[in-house]
Amino acid sequence: MKLRRSMMFVPGNNPGMLQNAGIYGADALIFDLEDSVSINEKDSARELVFQAISNIKYPSEIAIRINHIRTPFGRPDLAKILAAKPNLIRLPMTESAVEIQTVDAIITEAENRYKFAPGSIMMMAAVETAKGLLKAYEIASASPRMVALAIGGEDFVADLHTSRSKHGRELFVARSEILLAARAAGINAIDTVFSDVNDTEGFINEATAIKEMGFDGKSVVNPRQIQMVHDIFTPTAKEIDHAKKVLVAYEEALARKSGVISLNGKMIDLPIVARAERTLAYADAVGAGAGRVES
Amino acid sequence: MINSIGREIPQSLPGYASLTPFGGAFALKPDNRRAGPRLCADMPHSDKRVKSIDAAIDACGLQDGMTISFHHHFRNGDFILNTVLEAIARKGIKGLTLAPSSLNDVNDAIIPLIENGTITAIETSGARGKLGKLLTSGKLAKPVLIRSHGGRARAIECGDLHIDVAFLGAPACDCYGNINGVEGKSACGSMGYAMIDAAFAEKVVAITDNLVPHPLFPISIPQTDVDFIVVVDSIGDPKGIASGALRISSDPRELLIAQYASSVIEYSGYFKQDFSFQLGSGGASLAAARFIREKMLAQKITGSFGVGGITTPFVDMLEEGLFKCLFDVQDFDQPSIQSIKRNPNHLEMSASYYANPHNRGPIVNMLDVVILSATEVDVDFNVNVITDSNGVIMGASGGHSDAAAGASLAIVVAPLLRGRLPMVLKKVNTVVTPGESVDVVVTERGVAVNPLRQDLKDNLRNSGVPIMEIEELRQLAVNLAGEPDSIPLSDEIVGLVEYRDGTIIDAIRRPL
Repeated sequence: MKLRRSMMFVPGNNPGMLQNAGIYGADALIFDLEDSVSINEKDSARELVFQAISNIKYPSEIAIRINHIRTPFGRPDLAKILAAKPNLIRLPMTESAVEIQTVDAIITEAENRYKFAPGSIMMMAAVETAKGLLKAYEIASASPRMVALAIGGEDFVADLHTSRSKHGRELFVARSEILLAARAAGINAIDTVFSDVNDTEGFINEATAIKEMGFDGKSVVNPRQIQMVHDIFTPTAKEIDHAKKVLVAYEEALARKSGVISLNGKMIDLPIVARAERTLAYADAVGAGAGRVES
Repeated sequence: MINSIGREIPQSLPGYASLTPFGGAFALKPDNRRAGPRLCADMPHSDKRVKSIDAAIDACGLQDGMTISFHHHFRNGDFILNTVLEAIARKGIKGLTLAPSSLNDVNDAIIPLIENGTITAIETSGARGKLGKLLTSGKLAKPVLIRSHGGRARAIECGDLHIDVAFLGAPACDCYGNINGVEGKSACGSMGYAMIDAAFAEKVVAITDNLVPHPLFPISIPQTDVDFIVVVDSIGDPKGIASGALRISSDPRELLIAQYASSVIEYSGYFKQDFSFQLGSGGASLAAARFIREKMLAQKITGSFGVGGITTPFVDMLEEGLFKCLFDVQDFDQPSIQSIKRNPNHLEMSASYYANPHNRGPIVNMLDVVILSATEVDVDFNVNVITDSNGVIMGASGGHSDAAAGASLAIVVAPLLRGRLPMVLKKVNTVVTPGESVDVVVTERGVAVNPLRQDLKDNLRNSGVPIMEIEELRQLAVNLAGEPDSIPLSDEIVGLVEYRDGTIIDAIRRPL
């Protein structure tokens, strides 16, 4: 199971941050060539990120957020970066399947040129506009390279003519749509950043809410947010215990050739069994052991 | 000659009678006696006040070639050292040995007095800024002598460092010479370093901006030690003496190092009921307080005592009942000063009680765990906290080697890289603390255990921290940053690093 609980943005123009990005245990690192890099540093950041991924062994999955291919920087970003074989290319401000397919074709060409295994460089896309959201499923399913769909919250709420709030109602529809599109396409759904790094309580509330919605992970902007996300995504001791009991009851019912399965007086049907199996597989993947103790 | 950790030590040096090479942390057995000032008799109801600093200098009979001392409790807010030295220079007195407990950036002002021969020798814990550069340049007639806080207390008590006149800034002083550090506009908290100077100097001058009626209490330095009192407008800048509450770092790399250090403590075998603890004031060691506190609360462990330079996180743990008491030689921030004033379990101690290796037992001897910062560490676990990557003096020995020697578990924290410079090296430029006293080195990329401590290695196996050999750590740094060139040094010795027992652990050579 590929974990993408935490995807940490790292500005592509900051050598110190690039050098140390791997030490914090994020599941994925997103080296950013787009919003965090000013126009007069686009080329130097591209070179810096290329050198970083070519020379530093990172323990995390490496994604590169390129500039949009409609800008003058998107194609040069790909031309430089693909040679270093990142794990993922993240396209910002995606509004159509065509954009995904265009990038896909450039990646295919690079894989051929550098003799990388076909399909070894994956893609993800961020939806950050109303127009993009209406095409979310088409974007999510536009290429077999696509492994995740993300919501870019700040741009999205600006496009809706509103702003971010603590309760997050302004993003509820978008988050739901992204999740539906991602699930329908069989890929990960990744939530947007929470930019006030000193608001621990707000961050935990938001990360808990999106986990409950069904998201697979969250973009983070500071290493201090990583452990908090991982804790929230770690199944609790209670959840693991329940999942184990469900599976035992299921096995017993199978052995008895009984059609009706129940646990503590509650009926268990196949979706519940599937969820229990998913919980245990997930607990195994995150190394949760006996699970997290709820505070 | 070569000492026991392979460092080339001079056999003799201008201004030094004889030099003993370092032979191991506890190798030297002292066989001399305590020194002390001459006896004197004060007449009943005498007035110790003199009109000015100039008058006090005259009254003490300060002459060419004598040794004067100061304390550094006022840190960068200190007015005393510079003011007194300017007064001395105006009198034309030359060839003095300056022996303050430490020097700060604010003391750059004395550079002209070194250049004009007023000061010809310095014995202290360390120096920074322009003064550090000057000391490393070889302009001082006699190479600078670096001592630890415990080593300085030892040197004063045994007479290695004989102080002719101690000029002591006094935040509160009564008219017969009782002093404390907790009252007045220039309050600094503990007077721990000054206590030894007061007890052993031939003459003691208290300089205060807060003269109070007799008797002042509580008493840090008693009237029995003080010869003269001078009242001035201001002895220091409160903003430079102590910062606001020192807060725990939000630097994610320091937090990660702190997290590893606290996990090392948790699994070391020393994290149990009534453990004792010292915390450095550097970013990562201070941040470790947060994680240790969480672990203590979670596992319902309380400690016995805390030691050190004291900071807010330590005071908070005292107030929460996580430690029974704090032994305090120096305060770093306002809440610590308020705490030592108000909390009876926050105890003032002298530098000798803190760390002198040649008394009947300093508090560091009872330490379980200490976290110390480092500038550089080498693959033999030797630590440098005095010279920078260009070989220039820019730090202080402090209590580093004292606490490391005393503690059962000495953890050194340092980033593996500073900018593009590896901090784990084949050989550190200058050794302050010998590797035999250092048990664990913690960096953001890995943790190395001293091979002398197989027991610790075993205990840390399940700690979840990335344990590796120190050579692997060095290699990791080199892989990222390349092998650093060694610092080109001349043969000229500009400083000696004295180990706490008085032997010479290293020499500082002038960089080319």
